[in-house]
Amino acid sequence: MAKVLMKGNEAIGAAAIKAGCKHFFGYPITPQNEVPEYMSKELPKVGGVFVQAESEVAAINMVYGAAGSGVRVMTSSSSPGIALKQEGISYIAGAELPAVIVNIVRGGPGLGSIQPAQSDYNQSTRGGGDGDYKLLVYAPANVQEMVDLLQEAFDKADYYRNPVMVVGDGMIGQMMEPVEFKERPHVDLPAKDWAAVGTKGLRKPNVINSLFLQPEDLEEHNIRLTAKYQKMKDNEQRYEAYNMENAEIICVAYGTTARIVKNAIETLKEEGINVGLIRPITLWPFPEKAFEVLPETAKAFISVEMSMGQMIDDVKIVSNGRLPVDFYGRSGGMIPTPEGIIGKIREMIGGAK
Amino acid sequence: MINEKIIFAGFGGQGVMLMGQLITYAGMFEDKEVSWLPSYGPEMRGGTANCNVIVSDQAVASPVISYNATTAVIMNLPSLDKFEAEVIPGGILMINSSLIEKKSSRDDVRVYYLPVNEVANELGNARVANMVMLGAYLELTKIVEPKSVIKALAKIFGTAKEHLIPLNEEALKRGAALVK
Repeated sequence: MAKVLMKGNEAIGAAAIKAGCKHFFGYPITPQNEVPEYMSKELPKVGGVFVQAESEVAAINMVYGAAGSGVRVMTSSSSPGIALKQEGISYIAGAELPAVIVNIVRGGPGLGSIQPAQSDYNQSTRGGGDGDYKLLVYAPANVQEMVDLLQEAFDKADYYRNPVMVVGDGMIGQMMEPVEFKERPHVDLPAKDWAAVGTKGLRKPNVINSLFLQPEDLEEHNIRLTAKYQKMKDNEQRYEAYNMENAEIICVAYGTTARIVKNAIETLKEEGINVGLIRPITLWPFPEKAFEVLPETAKAFISVEMSMGQMIDDVKIVSNGRLPVDFYGRSGGMIPTPEGIIGKIREMIGGAK
Repeated sequence: MINEKIIFAGFGGQGVMLMGQLITYAGMFEDKEVSWLPSYGPEMRGGTANCNVIVSDQAVASPVISYNATTAVIMNLPSLDKFEAEVIPGGILMINSSLIEKKSSRDDVRVYYLPVNEVANELGNARVANMVMLGAYLELTKIVEPKSVIKALAKIFGTAKEHLIPLNEEALKRGAALVK
């Protein structure tokens, strides 16, 4: 299919519909408003349902209900709105239902700003809601990758019966890039025989629930969930390794920040300084596999983020003491510049080289 | 090798976002790598709307232009103050002299003062000032073919505004003539 030029937020909507999403529930917040705008216009054309809920809490609970009936459903919001949805997300994970949640991250904490940020890393990967649950979390770096991962997110959600989160930032939501809606391979997914769609008096009702009053039952449930999360850890880690050969310093950066890091890497390369990049495409599971074998030249990691330093903890965990882990970040809606990153890397190497 | 990084800046309503989108579309039609990044939110308040456009023959790394613009297209005075420093030495600064009396303080870039509003008025439609500027830009840089820009415009206009295409085509030509 031919390429089309699309704004990130619109591409999210188009990709969701392409993936068979028929239901969207949301509440407006900048910088993701083009997602609900697109869905409100396009979903009715494909026989779908768009509801602007009265709040984020209502929206995520509508998602919970729709997911319980086995349909493909999505919601989107931005940081403080996603914070409000955390209770519902935990319920959906606990009830083992598939749903896709998009977070176009803006500066925080609190209402913060409306400019791009990556300060919801912990909220996405540690679970902002209660209990032992995990989300599969994708972090695309460009609009094409957003389109590809968003469609895949629906398959993964169905496969694991678990909510999947797709994290972008205000930049990727607002920018336009060419995208191609490629033919996707058919994925065999289990039948949704758990869905609450009415029994017609022919079977016992399916129950959608996250309440287990007997501790033995809840523990058993948690053990089963944890086994599922382990399966995700084994099978779903994704990353890009860039310029790793002979790298002295290894940057770890995701999303749009990774693109800025690439510019810094190219400039440093011209000066004879080799810097590599590990770009997590899944934030959870964190791509530990990318860190198993490191170039012998590597002296240190640096986590580069649009936050005050959240992913740095995961880099330290996977480094496991092998190399020191440094940090460079901008926050509050400020975007890191290649010059800033280069300055920090020069400092790490020891003065101008 | 092409690696053009353009800032389009002006008032809201001057069509600076559209100028950027037309170059982005045209680049895509010509199988180049492109990105279009708009300013949004509080950045837009206080006189300037702007977008960063990259046209390259290699995958676009960062879509953000940060003191490495090859060209800045400046449609109003606040944008001159804000963006003239962003152009690399040897780059191009295009200034709408119809609205900006001030001269650039840069002596290490190629500066063009272009009375695009006057030219647009001569064409009978003040709203095509952006297209006059775009015509001059295309003539100076040859980044994309004018016919690709027209194709992009046809796509954005749709059938409802199809009748405006000849006027816009003429505006591009008049803009090109300003720098020939």
